[in-house]
Amino acid sequence: MPIHDQSYRRYGGGKTTPGQAWTVIAWAGILNMIRKRAFLGVLIFAFLPFIIRAVQIYLSTNFPQAAMLAPTAETFREFLEQQEFFVFIVTIYVGAGLIANDRRANALQIYLSKPLMRSEYIAGKAAVLFVFLTLVTWVPAILLLLLQVLFAGSFAFLKANLFLFPAITVGALMQVLVATFTMLALSSLSKSSRYVGILYAGVIFFTGAIYGVMYAITGDSSLSWLSLSSNLSQVLDVVFRVKPRYATPWPVSLTVIVGLVVLSISVLERRVRGVEVVT
Amino acid sequence: METNLEIAPPEPQLGEAAAPIVQLEGVTVLYGRNRALNNVTARFAPGAVGLLGPNGAGKSTMLKALLGFVKPAEGRMTVLGMDVAERPMEIRSRLGYMPESDAQIPGMNAVSFVAYCGQLAGLPSVDAMQRSHEVLYYVGLGEARYRNVETYSTGMKQRIKLAQALVHDPDLLFLDEPTNGMDPKGRDEMLELIRDLALNKNVNLILSSHLLPDVEYTCNHVVVMDKAQVVAQGPIAELKGPAGRVFELRIKGDLPAFVDILRGAGMECHSTDEDVMRVFVPSTLIDQGRDQQVIFALAARQGVQVRHLRPSIPTLEDVFAKAVGED
Repeated sequence: MPIHDQSYRRYGGGKTTPGQAWTVIAWAGILNMIRKRAFLGVLIFAFLPFIIRAVQIYLSTNFPQAAMLAPTAETFREFLEQQEFFVFIVTIYVGAGLIANDRRANALQIYLSKPLMRSEYIAGKAAVLFVFLTLVTWVPAILLLLLQVLFAGSFAFLKANLFLFPAITVGALMQVLVATFTMLALSSLSKSSRYVGILYAGVIFFTGAIYGVMYAITGDSSLSWLSLSSNLSQVLDVVFRVKPRYATPWPVSLTVIVGLVVLSISVLERRVRGVEVVT
Repeated sequence: METNLEIAPPEPQLGEAAAPIVQLEGVTVLYGRNRALNNVTARFAPGAVGLLGPNGAGKSTMLKALLGFVKPAEGRMTVLGMDVAERPMEIRSRLGYMPESDAQIPGMNAVSFVAYCGQLAGLPSVDAMQRSHEVLYYVGLGEARYRNVETYSTGMKQRIKLAQALVHDPDLLFLDEPTNGMDPKGRDEMLELIRDLALNKNVNLILSSHLLPDVEYTCNHVVVMDKAQVVAQGPIAELKGPAGRVFELRIKGDLPAFVDILRGAGMECHSTDEDVMRVFVPSTLIDQGRDQQVIFALAARQGVQVRHLRPSIPTLEDVFAKAVGED
């Protein structure tokens, strides 16, 4: 009689109901990133603008001499715009390998042979990127709003700018969702995370460059819809009740953004499969 | 250690009349214009069933269709009594799949990888980790379970694929070419594991392979595929034991002409790797007690010398050769 039976035994315990596997994928992805010191460094670096803004708010609310630093609704709009750089970095760092690495390692057939749907797999992968992008956009922006209330000791600013909470939420959500779905779609197209990173940077810079050239030739900003980041800026201006900076009607910019997300989902639907059929 | 093919394959867990665990009815799968499965109708009995066929016969496609990876253009499939088109999630929760190609979750060690697969299949995290350790020991990776899977050898990768397929305790295993790339010792150990699962652990399994000895050693039933169609199916013992006898035959003379003569007399001839061919003599000739004599007589008439004639045991190779029409 062996002291410990190391043979195969049938499992008699319970199982979770189907539909929760995406949380397993998301949690594993988040833990995997948090274990990387370099990534933690990027996250800390992404919070530097927050610290500077927090100091600005503290000074303006506690020292009358610094009243000119008092935040306005535009301050939060500017903050989200500053964070776009970190959105770009985090998107590439976290997102490039999310599906590409699984494709390289033939992991999709492992995932999809388990009781989870393709949409769950995509949701799990998207959640990883969503969490970290929210951490560098929505979380610090909302914290700044809370700090303003705390440092000022009154709700006056918040009451006067009640739209800020939904504006920050909608604005950050747009930044995050566009980056998440665009990156996931690109990541599903290749088996190389490096190539995906370059491709994403190319999409951002190339569309911006095309618009820059067109603007230089025509002197008209109505072609800003050609640039992904310009479209985001245009819509965010409207969300934050700031005068739009381009001549392109904001519904056009919004349509381009929504179209990009729909296109990305369509690419994911085609590429995330248990078997790749080449005909 | 060579696999001992004399050992009897595992007995069926249930009677022959038991409901099939997997059933396909008129299933056609198209890859573009190519028919990867062409109007396939098959029944997989409980226990260990070999899915046999040459490369490109449609074995892997059948497994992928049963998993829901590819949608058939026509036909109906049931697994464990459930319709694949209607209840894929429930089927997959009771199914383990060992893919043919290397497959792992990047950046994980073996124990994390297998536990992760268990969680994906619905096991609570603590149970998944415990099961992970257990199945890794079972498949022989206990000592290497903290190593990154990407550093594993080919044989170890095969074992970990089996471990991830087993971790959630499936009722049915799909094993796609499980001994691919393994050295002889590893292959024997893998076959022992498969045999143990089928024989002692009551796990139903479908073993897809083009290696006849692997199937013969581990399975009691077989489904033979060729050119996207099922060409034979049933218990191996039944398929191997048709009314007739098999002889090993080597001659000196005009071989093609003599083969034609034998076939004209109602016998079947299949070549082997050696210069010995296998001749199947149907029962009608045996009943007349003229099996060997007929061969000698035909040889004498054709003017060829019979250098070797020995009664042989029918093997799965005979079944396979007969089914796929090999010469």
